[in-house]
Amino acid sequence: MEDIIISVLQRTMIAGTPLLLATVGEIICERSGILNLGVEGVMSIGAVVAFIVTFLTGQPWLGVAAAIVAGMIISLVHAFASITLQANQVVSGLALTMLGLGLSGMLGKPYIGKPLAIKMNSFAVPFLADIPYLGKIFFDQSPFFFLAIILALVAWFFLERTQFGIKVRSTGENPTATETHGVNVSLIKYTCVLIGGGFSALAGAHLSISYSKSWIEGMTAGRGWIAIALTIFALWNPGKAIFASFLFGGIFVLQYLLQPLGISPNFLAMLPYATTLIVLLIISFKDPKKLNAPAKLGEPYKRGER
Amino acid sequence: MRKIKNLEMKNISKSFQGIFANKNLNLSIKSGEILGLLGENGAGKTTLMNILYGLYQPDSGEIRINDKKIKINSPLASIEHGIGMVHQHFMLIQNHSVIENIALGYKDTPFFFPKIKIKEKVLDFSEKFNFPVNLSKKVWQLSAGEQQRIEIIKALLNGADLLILDEPTSVLTSQEAKELFSILNDMKKQGHMIIFISHKLDEIMDICDRVMVLRKGEIIGSAETDKTDKKSLARMMIGKEVIFNIKKEKIPKGEKVLNVDNINAFDDKGLPALKNISFSIHENEIFGIAGVAGNGQKELAEAITGIRRISSGKVTIKGKDITNISPRKIFDKGVSHVPEERIKFGIAPGLFLYDNAILKQHHLDKYSKKSFLQYDKIKAHTKALIDKFNVSAPSINTEIRNLSGGNIQKLILGREISEEPSLLVASHPTYGLDVGATQYLREQLLERRKLGGAILLFSEDLDEIFELCDKIAIIFEGKFTGIMDADDKRLSDIGLMMAGSLEYV
Amino acid sequence: MYRLKVTNRDNITKTRSFMTNVFSLGAGLVAIGILFAINKVNPFFAISEIFANSFGTMYGIKETITKAIPLILIGTGLTFAFRAKFWNIGAEGQMLMGAIFGSWTALTFGEFLPGFIIIPMMFIAGFIGGGIWGIIPAILKIKYSINEVISTLMLNYICAEFITMLIVGPWKGAERFGFPGTNDLPGSAVLNVIPGSRIHYVTLIITILFASILCVVVYKTKFGYEVRVVGENPDAGKYAGINFFRTTLMVMVISGGAAGLAGVGEIAGIHHYLGHPASISSGYGFTAIIVAWLAKLNPLYTIISGLFFAGILVGGDAIQISLGLPAATVQIVNGMLLVFLIMGDFFLKNRIRIQ
Repeated sequence: MEDIIISVLQRTMIAGTPLLLATVGEIICERSGILNLGVEGVMSIGAVVAFIVTFLTGQPWLGVAAAIVAGMIISLVHAFASITLQANQVVSGLALTMLGLGLSGMLGKPYIGKPLAIKMNSFAVPFLADIPYLGKIFFDQSPFFFLAIILALVAWFFLERTQFGIKVRSTGENPTATETHGVNVSLIKYTCVLIGGGFSALAGAHLSISYSKSWIEGMTAGRGWIAIALTIFALWNPGKAIFASFLFGGIFVLQYLLQPLGISPNFLAMLPYATTLIVLLIISFKDPKKLNAPAKLGEPYKRGER
Repeated sequence: MRKIKNLEMKNISKSFQGIFANKNLNLSIKSGEILGLLGENGAGKTTLMNILYGLYQPDSGEIRINDKKIKINSPLASIEHGIGMVHQHFMLIQNHSVIENIALGYKDTPFFFPKIKIKEKVLDFSEKFNFPVNLSKKVWQLSAGEQQRIEIIKALLNGADLLILDEPTSVLTSQEAKELFSILNDMKKQGHMIIFISHKLDEIMDICDRVMVLRKGEIIGSAETDKTDKKSLARMMIGKEVIFNIKKEKIPKGEKVLNVDNINAFDDKGLPALKNISFSIHENEIFGIAGVAGNGQKELAEAITGIRRISSGKVTIKGKDITNISPRKIFDKGVSHVPEERIKFGIAPGLFLYDNAILKQHHLDKYSKKSFLQYDKIKAHTKALIDKFNVSAPSINTEIRNLSGGNIQKLILGREISEEPSLLVASHPTYGLDVGATQYLREQLLERRKLGGAILLFSEDLDEIFELCDKIAIIFEGKFTGIMDADDKRLSDIGLMMAGSLEYV
Repeated sequence: MYRLKVTNRDNITKTRSFMTNVFSLGAGLVAIGILFAINKVNPFFAISEIFANSFGTMYGIKETITKAIPLILIGTGLTFAFRAKFWNIGAEGQMLMGAIFGSWTALTFGEFLPGFIIIPMMFIAGFIGGGIWGIIPAILKIKYSINEVISTLMLNYICAEFITMLIVGPWKGAERFGFPGTNDLPGSAVLNVIPGSRIHYVTLIITILFASILCVVVYKTKFGYEVRVVGENPDAGKYAGINFFRTTLMVMVISGGAAGLAGVGEIAGIHHYLGHPASISSGYGFTAIIVAWLAKLNPLYTIISGLFFAGILVGGDAIQISLGLPAATVQIVNGMLLVFLIMGDFFLKNRIRIQ
């Protein structure tokens, strides 16, 4: 029995990792006012690039670095369309998703079915990993797990405790006022979109070189979309995203747990998505004015006369 | 050691799309002085100050500080030189705390832990000038006066010697205004200089040492406040001895159409915008409301046309109660409205001209049969409209946003007038129109009046008010400071009534 | 120092609009060609093969029309939703829900009723199913301010799982082995096809009718007018007395319903049983978004853009096999074209000058 619980919790941590990474990235992006619906596509690109580079070089961390760069580059398309061209952010984000999913499928084709020889191994934190029960769950995990939590905390810190964070959040709330203070609103938005892209790609990298160690088309399985919903659930707060992501990781894992109980696996598969909606409903009851959403999220910003 | 001992703006000119906002303006101010800029809306005061603050570049002219010529390319440059500005519409992030807003605006905020690190400095300042600030409260929780103080602190923190205040009391209660003035006097004693933009005569006389009067982009006059009086300033501001030049024929009034009984309403910020307003309008009558924009005109128009909630009081059209019913129902009762913000509320920009020509009327039988719009009738109507109202458009098949602002206004006005409404509410109908269109529109209003219509006219153009109206009310801070027939001799004091210094009630 | 000055263009003619679209698509194809070249595929050959396969042979044309049916039908419904600025990403789910309702009707009553009764029933049921699935996010947005992009998306997944649940559970066909699914639909519930093709012409007729009727609604009725005004400028809508809530609800019923009809078409016309969701919707709901966007939100133009994208689907499938390109190729093509369409939009609306 205990083993089952430990196993479930371990797997929850694993399942939540890519969600956390992608959600934190999207939070950063949205707080600057740009809605990026392309997370799924960027994640996919991150996965395929990480896999290919790791496969070819045998260096997983090189794969990670390459994935981040690739994620940023492809996010540039959405950034350019949304910020400079002031295009409709919903449509542009969807284009990014299609592009990302398509390109990753194309790039990955030759690698389907080929397993990684050298993969990203779990990392056991000395001493801490030996703690009974907790040690195995929290301290003997993929490096991505630790990275995700650290990055989430770092992101929280930068957003809430630095001048850069004030500028980012002000841009998302009121770009006009922010610009009168001499802040380069466009630059802030570009930066945040690219950072978000890097995070999403990182999430993808986890999937292909740590979680499954292989590449298949469509391996992101909708996680990108869940991250977008989790952004709202986490009230645009990277710290709360930690809780939200692992909660949803748990729901993913729960499917497999409840299956033997005779509950339809499809009903269980619905759970993450249905829960998202329920959670959003709850939030809207508690916080009807959505005081936490960046006020100008999704609105194109035109500079005034200069 | 003050950065600015004296500042001059010499021969500043600025025009937008061919129209002068500022024409050869000269201004000077020195340490320890409060200079007032007086004028109606559109006189050019805000433009001049935006130039000083680096938001606009002048077409010609120069700025000198301490007798040295300088260039101000951006707000940051302006701040560097020691100039700070408190805009009429605050540049604050509503959802953020006070300290975060200040940190955003302060140029030397440290990167890490900005809120904690500048806390000391901010508290120092607030003590020095004796106004308390609650640093962790969110901006939206603060009153207007408190929000304004944040703006002032921001400016002072950045080392502003010269502080520009644009209509600072427009959102304050009288108590808050008093507090503001005492802060300003403190600052004055410490050697700061202040430019105080306002249209309120009482305040100018109260707080300013000197005043400059602007009208239509030019300086009409300047004076020291203890050597002049309100009447002279009012005359300079409006620019005329009021001449009674009524060209319209006298027509006996008909039945009562509109009756407004003691209504009260709030503005978007939740402050009282209309205070016990009562008046009535009859057939064959044009009732004008004069006043500087921002004194409740918008809210009054919206209350009567159903867009804004009336919190107490009653409005009736031909005896039928229309208080707080839906805009469409009010429209069906015969009330038409030409809105103040024409482009924002009056048109659907991407749709064609003929689509816009029936924006409010599309559900009427004459334009739609069952569910279908009758485009042949609509297009005919549109063609008639653009002919009659001289709307210059390539064809009725262009998107309306391609028309110039003036032509859009003409279309909207034509659309509303052509319905032959019982009551036409016209908010600043000729604002921004060329001379020919203005003349034509005024003739149309008089024509409507002759045919039995009742018209409620809001205007800042006194020429227009006197030319068209049978009865005039002057509105100031949500109340009528005067309501009288158009040939009443007391209207020579209209400037004072508009500026809140006099009440005939 | 050169500076770019961007100003709003003040006259956008239909010709310019059309030409910009053509150029954007052309530029997109060039970019795709470059991608092909990088992958050691001859770009000219590949692209011409796509169109040769989809429009160059009788078989190709028939397949293209077959695939165009759902794209046009869903796309035309989407133009309506997008005009009201309601970002309906849930057409996949709405389509599937329509398929569910339609299948249920067929399986329950199909044995006892002749074709000319059961088939209209199926379509009506499908419209209702899609409409319900469409109205849910509308209510969520209006009453609870829930972003429609997320809600429609989540509903996609929920519906897909729901179908799977049905076809492996209570609706499992007794004669099914291997692939999960319901029984075959009774004969009367199956749509006839044009001989020698897979074109289920009843749906085709419905599609063209729907697109035409919707075009009339959009441009010639009071309701369509109100939708256009509300989408353009909600403030003006308020001023004009238009009921924003009611308008949005109606729009989503229609958009969802259209997708539902498409779902019925696929089931009754092509598959003849309710099977795995991926095989029914195969991304039509997403591709239809581009179809709608390319049609510049004109319901009737979706016929053309729908045929175009169907051609890419068919041709893309063909070269995937013959040139060994991955299945994702079509996605790339779609994504690229959409990106270039967005960029083209910008040049259409703004004039760039170098100063």
